[in-house]
Amino acid sequence: MRLEPKPHPSTIALILYPLGAVAATRAIASLLVMAAGASPLSVFGLVLKGAAGSQFALLETLTRATPLIFTGLAVAVAFRARLWNIGAEAQLYVGGIVTVVLGTGLLPLPAPILIPVIVLATILAGGLVLLGPAILKTRFGVDEVVTTLLLNFVVLLFVSMLLEGVLKDPMGLGWPQSQMVTADARLPRIVEGRRLHYGFVIALVAAFAIWFVMKKTALGYEMRVVGANTEAARFAGIPVNAVLMKTALISGGLAALGGFSEVAGLKGNLTLDLSSGFGYTGIVVAMLAMLNPLGVVAAAIFVAGIFVGADAMSRAAGVPSYIAEVMVATALLTMVTAIMLSRYKVRWR
Amino acid sequence: MDLFEILFTASFWVAAIRIASPLIFATMGELICERAGVLNLGIEGIMVAGAFAGWVTVYAGGDLWTGVVVAALTGAAFGLVHATLTVPFGLSQHVVGIGITLLASSLTYFTYRIVLPEVSSPPRIEPFRNWAVPYLSDIPLIGPALFDQTPLTYLAFVTVAVVAWVLYRTPLGLAVRAAGENPSAVEAQGLSVTGIRMGAVMVGSALMAVGGTFLTMSAFNSFFFEMVNGRGWICIALVVFGSWRPGKALVGALLFAAFDAYQIRLQQVAGGIVPYQVFLMMPYLLSIAALVLVARRASYPKALMIPYQKGER
Amino acid sequence: MGNDMARRAQTVLRLAGITKRFGALIANDAIDLDLKRGEIVALLGENGAGKTTLMNILFGHYVADEGTIEALGKPLRPGDPHAALAAGIGMVHQHFTLADNLTVLENIALGTQSIWSPRLDRTSARTRISKLSAEFGLAIDPSRPVSELAVGERQRVEILKALYRDARILILDEPTAVLTPGETEALFATLKLLVAQGLSIIFISHKLKEVMAVADRVVVLRGGRLAGERRTAETTRQELAALMVGQEVSLPKAASRTPGPVILELRSVSTAGASGTQIRDVSLQLHGGVITGIAGVSGNGQAALAGLLSGVLSPRSGQLLIGGGAPPGWSPRTALDRGIARIPEDRHAVGSVADMSVTENVIAERYRNGDFSRYGMIDWAAARKFAERLIADYDVKCPSPETRIRLLSGGNMQKLILGRALDPDPVVILANQPTRGLDIGAVAYVHARLIEARDRGAAVLLISEDLDEVLSLSDRIHVIADGALSRSFARGEKSVGELGEMMAGHGLEAA
Repeated sequence: MRLEPKPHPSTIALILYPLGAVAATRAIASLLVMAAGASPLSVFGLVLKGAAGSQFALLETLTRATPLIFTGLAVAVAFRARLWNIGAEAQLYVGGIVTVVLGTGLLPLPAPILIPVIVLATILAGGLVLLGPAILKTRFGVDEVVTTLLLNFVVLLFVSMLLEGVLKDPMGLGWPQSQMVTADARLPRIVEGRRLHYGFVIALVAAFAIWFVMKKTALGYEMRVVGANTEAARFAGIPVNAVLMKTALISGGLAALGGFSEVAGLKGNLTLDLSSGFGYTGIVVAMLAMLNPLGVVAAAIFVAGIFVGADAMSRAAGVPSYIAEVMVATALLTMVTAIMLSRYKVRWR
Repeated sequence: MDLFEILFTASFWVAAIRIASPLIFATMGELICERAGVLNLGIEGIMVAGAFAGWVTVYAGGDLWTGVVVAALTGAAFGLVHATLTVPFGLSQHVVGIGITLLASSLTYFTYRIVLPEVSSPPRIEPFRNWAVPYLSDIPLIGPALFDQTPLTYLAFVTVAVVAWVLYRTPLGLAVRAAGENPSAVEAQGLSVTGIRMGAVMVGSALMAVGGTFLTMSAFNSFFFEMVNGRGWICIALVVFGSWRPGKALVGALLFAAFDAYQIRLQQVAGGIVPYQVFLMMPYLLSIAALVLVARRASYPKALMIPYQKGER
Repeated sequence: MGNDMARRAQTVLRLAGITKRFGALIANDAIDLDLKRGEIVALLGENGAGKTTLMNILFGHYVADEGTIEALGKPLRPGDPHAALAAGIGMVHQHFTLADNLTVLENIALGTQSIWSPRLDRTSARTRISKLSAEFGLAIDPSRPVSELAVGERQRVEILKALYRDARILILDEPTAVLTPGETEALFATLKLLVAQGLSIIFISHKLKEVMAVADRVVVLRGGRLAGERRTAETTRQELAALMVGQEVSLPKAASRTPGPVILELRSVSTAGASGTQIRDVSLQLHGGVITGIAGVSGNGQAALAGLLSGVLSPRSGQLLIGGGAPPGWSPRTALDRGIARIPEDRHAVGSVADMSVTENVIAERYRNGDFSRYGMIDWAAARKFAERLIADYDVKCPSPETRIRLLSGGNMQKLILGRALDPDPVVILANQPTRGLDIGAVAYVHARLIEARDRGAAVLLISEDLDEVLSLSDRIHVIADGALSRSFARGEKSVGELGEMMAGHGLEAA
């Protein structure tokens, strides 16, 4: 078997193959649902209803999509420059740390000043977390996949240490959690009585900003060239290492913003379950979006819908909610396959 | 207890070898994949799946060894998916690997919840018992560590020897090493690069799963979430540290495990002063440090992560 | 009847009506080819004539759309390298298919013993290799790692691989491209020995002189079709050249002009790059209005020299002076800023970004200057206009500036790279293998543009493994061998034979 690139992939193929991926994901999920002793049709109905069946459901989905937009953007930016950041999880937690450190009364500033200060500090801290692996990659040739993965564990332990140490909430009845951030450090809700907060708006702004950077600026151009052909970039005089450093700062900063948004917008404090694997799911989101920043928003909402819908369904139908994770992982694998098949012709001889 | 005295207790060495065992299996598995030119980032999830598959087989009344075989087959099945997507389809090994890890672990948790919908504490199984080698296990200090362990630990060491023999002494190993270095050399000699790479990924994944099942069948005796806890990623670092050679990788795994066993004991001694999390971070930081140490002179298999198409040169 | 039998026994390989299309391109069009026992047939043709495709079909890398292959009287299963090997066909590829991490013995034995055998039989392999290398003059130590071998030695291993498998038919794809004239002689001697033993050889080349020297019969391909077939005893180089090219093409030989001032100078420069042969103690002066040619066999330090001038490598010792001064912080960027235009050896991997558009590719070296960006924002309208201008000025055939560059032919891609390099009126032009793999028309175009730039006063450094190209284009010539550079000669000062000797590393200092 061999693959030959199609010079001009047909529009139909570009639409049909991804639809096939969705169908394949659904088929696999159906099998699992049946294995759990439920009927796929009613289960998918419940998932859909749970994700988008009411204003409440829709807003919940957007709330869940918010951190995924941030981590999805972080991954999309990094992967575009071929910096394999698998550490968005760690960067997100660092964003959470910075938010509670600055937001629990350390800086007595009014909200309009305090929030931008925290945002900037968060971006910087998250960026620095990824800068380490980026430097190890460019200076010592250490594969950043492994270092960013390992740092996820280090940072989570660090958070645990803080929550049982200096950041421990004295009123927390011994639970490992931080104090709540002050009202000035909180992002307001968008709809009264619902959980959706202005973090979602920041996420949309970030997605648009990243789209703009990638498309229109010299830096975005440099990142794309470095990612598409590092050797050609170096030959053309593009400062590859500097571009990778900037990419690391942006990517880590975006993921950390996700941590800020979750703490300041939703949870109010830092705990060890601030993220339910948002960093890893961000990889799926970015790949489903084919690394397009605006596509990340759509992909994040889609993935969040699966999670929120599956949660609701799980309560009603008794199918374990882990089905959502299975579907998301399956969607990733089938989608990358579908994208490949729409661009290449498979010849069997 | 003195920090230095720890090294002279038999229990320390026993623990070190036990900690090393699952890492040895999984490191050998990853090494085989990478020697054939495929980075397998599915390792973490495949270890989770293997841990569960072995455990649930025994929990359902199966024999312990049957459990090991089921775990290996589970690993090979995920390996087949990984290999199909990365070898003939040539998809990004990074993305597919992460996808396999997400898929294998979520599928495992899903299945666990179906098998055991209502449990608060995970049920235990009767694990592998130690096989003490007569006389040798009585050697002071290292006797119990090397000769009074479970059969899976012995199997881990046998695996290293077998992997080393196959890679360096057999026609098959020649083909695997060539496939990771210059696949066109393999094809020019009439062998199938696709077949060799896919086979290597499947066998490697099976070994990763056996490494995972060591945790449930020879260490913790039950299955719980997050039990693999980054061991897979550490094994990837160990392969680099071992320069893709089975013997060196074994030494790396042993050193790592010894350090881990040491920090656990150190934690008991110094736990009051230093937060325990600092000790728990050590294995991960140590892995990163090891990578930095060797990365500059690491001799990567040249075709690692590069998909191959027939007739390409 | 008996006569017919004898003829069939003599024919060891028969290709009939082989046709292969890649999309709209017909790489092979109904090609017939017979090979007899004990015969050397040269397959002659320009780059892109379809030689390599034909041999890839024969060896099972590709499957022909039409046509059949018979080896030793039996039909050959298409698309299966294993079947080709089993039928006694051995191939020595232009790019060697050796695994660097294995020894000579391991490379040769790879795939020859049952894959499930519990043990590799090294002893018998070693015996057989020693016997073969003695018999055919292919001296090599079987236990050496391939990574330590020189190019000529690697080629011997490739030939041994085929012989070890009892190949009766040997195909060599451009085997002399990487050899010195002396090594080429040795190879030809080996080939004669092989055919004397009853083997048959297909020798793929585009070098007329070698074809005339070694082959019994020549089959000429042009544009994917059979252009003619001649016995070497009954033909001339001129006739073959006409068949190969289809029309008379004369390479431009613009008369030299008075040299201008020294623009770029290397003073005893050595490099320490990560891979390949490095240059040692090289001194070189590039004058304005002069094309300086570097002749040499591939892998003798050309890559390091090119890397140095293009800014990718820095001198480890010695000095690089441009415009009389040593630029601080040598890098591709400084090289560009100092007016060095670079045409890289590998236009696919280094010269272009395959998946980006023509527009995105042509601004790669200049996107930061005021013409194309302001306040960190790229002016895509200006970039597109620039791309359109280059497409028009350099006669590039491409649908639009938005076309992904991977869809362009090699010649058109090279014209774009040439345009990108020459447009800012550079003072120094580094042309590294500027015409490799191009058709005659594109070659002539590239040459004309280089001469034009020289006449404008630029200093041109031409690095080429094609001695004819160096000789026809250069005003001054240096020879590079094993990282060292000879002094310069005027065109015609040294004979081809003398240059060949020097390319082999003999008398470089004395000369």
